[in-house]
Amino acid sequence: MGEVLRHALTIAGKDLRLEFRSRTAFLSALVFTALVLAIFQFARDPTAVSTADLAPGILWITFTFAALLGLNRAFGLERENRALDGLLLSPASRTALYLGKLLANLVFVGAVEAIALPLFAIFFNMPVLRVLGPLVAVIALATVGFVAVGTLMSSIAVNTRFAELMLPVLMLPFLMPPVTSAVQATARIFAGRPFSETVGWLRLLVAYDVTFLVVCILVFEHTIEE
Amino acid sequence: MVASARHPVLAVRDLARSFGPVRALRGVEFTLDAGEVLAIFGPNGAGKTTLLRILAGLLRPERGAVLLGGEPAVRADARQRRRVGLISHASFLYDGLTASENLEFYGRLYGVGDPRARALAALEAVGLAERATTIAGTMSRGMLQRLAIARALLHDPDIVLLDEPFTGLDQAAAGALRRQLVRLREERRTVVLVTHNLDEGLELATHTAIQVAGRFVECAPKDGDAADYRRRYAEATAAHG
Repeated sequence: MGEVLRHALTIAGKDLRLEFRSRTAFLSALVFTALVLAIFQFARDPTAVSTADLAPGILWITFTFAALLGLNRAFGLERENRALDGLLLSPASRTALYLGKLLANLVFVGAVEAIALPLFAIFFNMPVLRVLGPLVAVIALATVGFVAVGTLMSSIAVNTRFAELMLPVLMLPFLMPPVTSAVQATARIFAGRPFSETVGWLRLLVAYDVTFLVVCILVFEHTIEE
Repeated sequence: MVASARHPVLAVRDLARSFGPVRALRGVEFTLDAGEVLAIFGPNGAGKTTLLRILAGLLRPERGAVLLGGEPAVRADARQRRRVGLISHASFLYDGLTASENLEFYGRLYGVGDPRARALAALEAVGLAERATTIAGTMSRGMLQRLAIARALLHDPDIVLLDEPFTGLDQAAAGALRRQLVRLREERRTVVLVTHNLDEGLELATHTAIQVAGRFVECAPKDGDAADYRRRYAEATAAHG
């Protein structure tokens, strides 16, 4: 297990170094985030639907689609010079490869979310600081789930002709449970509802995370074999 | 190429692989011991790259087996993967990393001691010591090929697989690669070299094979002069092509 973790950290470190150097996906995700929040802010009719009702959905739509930009890049990096072959040839196990990609994607998506959340608070005047603890817990649980699935789907999509188009098509159906749960939990947190009303959605997120982490690790090997 | 009392370093038994209706590999067999260099010649589409990818563990054969030191090659076996180095058409390098970062990354995956020092030594060996901090994506084709060679040999593999390694190299780089291959032979590494270049292959090989349409039509210790071999190669490719 120690070697798997060491290899996973090496692979994640390499991906993050590449992203830090180019910042292509990160800047794209940030610009996308700001644009989506601005569009929702100025396009909605505040007299028709209240901000409190709309904001949780907007937050999670923004997170989900911004994350797609980073997830697309996860295995796209390995396409250049067939670097994926170099990884498969090395002693790093397939599990280490998956976990390395997962870790790098979590850092990427987490960084985008960390910048998007204050923007969301400013655009929609939501009391983010007042509920920061529970909100971060929901964001963390939902992010682990959809990044776990997204990392697997990225490894499948990268071998198709239109990888950038295929990833959302493959991934979005699997994101309905975590995104729905996250929206429901976020709405209750912002509304100041008792914790007992949120806990069911949190349990669903935990169950989704555990199930899909295990399934993705088991299936990953078969998605990258020729 | 005859198996000794102990197990040969590399043995291939009845390998077969198809891609849809195309039979890329059929009944390929050979054994190699330490210090032996097998040069495989063949026209385009003969299945040479498919064979190397199976030997490297990147592709599963439909039939047959690859034995490393008498043990069936198992892709999950990290110890076996440390024994093999592959130089392919592609460099397996990251354009956004520097030359030394690329090598250090692979060094860490292979668990070499002091990856940084090892990377610098490997760059020195291929004449790229002054390019350690150059971003790989800005290097010329020849320099990238030398960097790819450094990557493949970084972990000191005892089985080295080379797929057209001279492609894209200028004369100086080709000479350096030739010297490195001679050194590998002297160090008793087992080498499988796929090439179109009969002169380069014959100079380095201890054994030769001609592969046409997925089959070995000839596989034997090197004998005869280059002109004789050239004639046999032309006949074999014409007869089976």
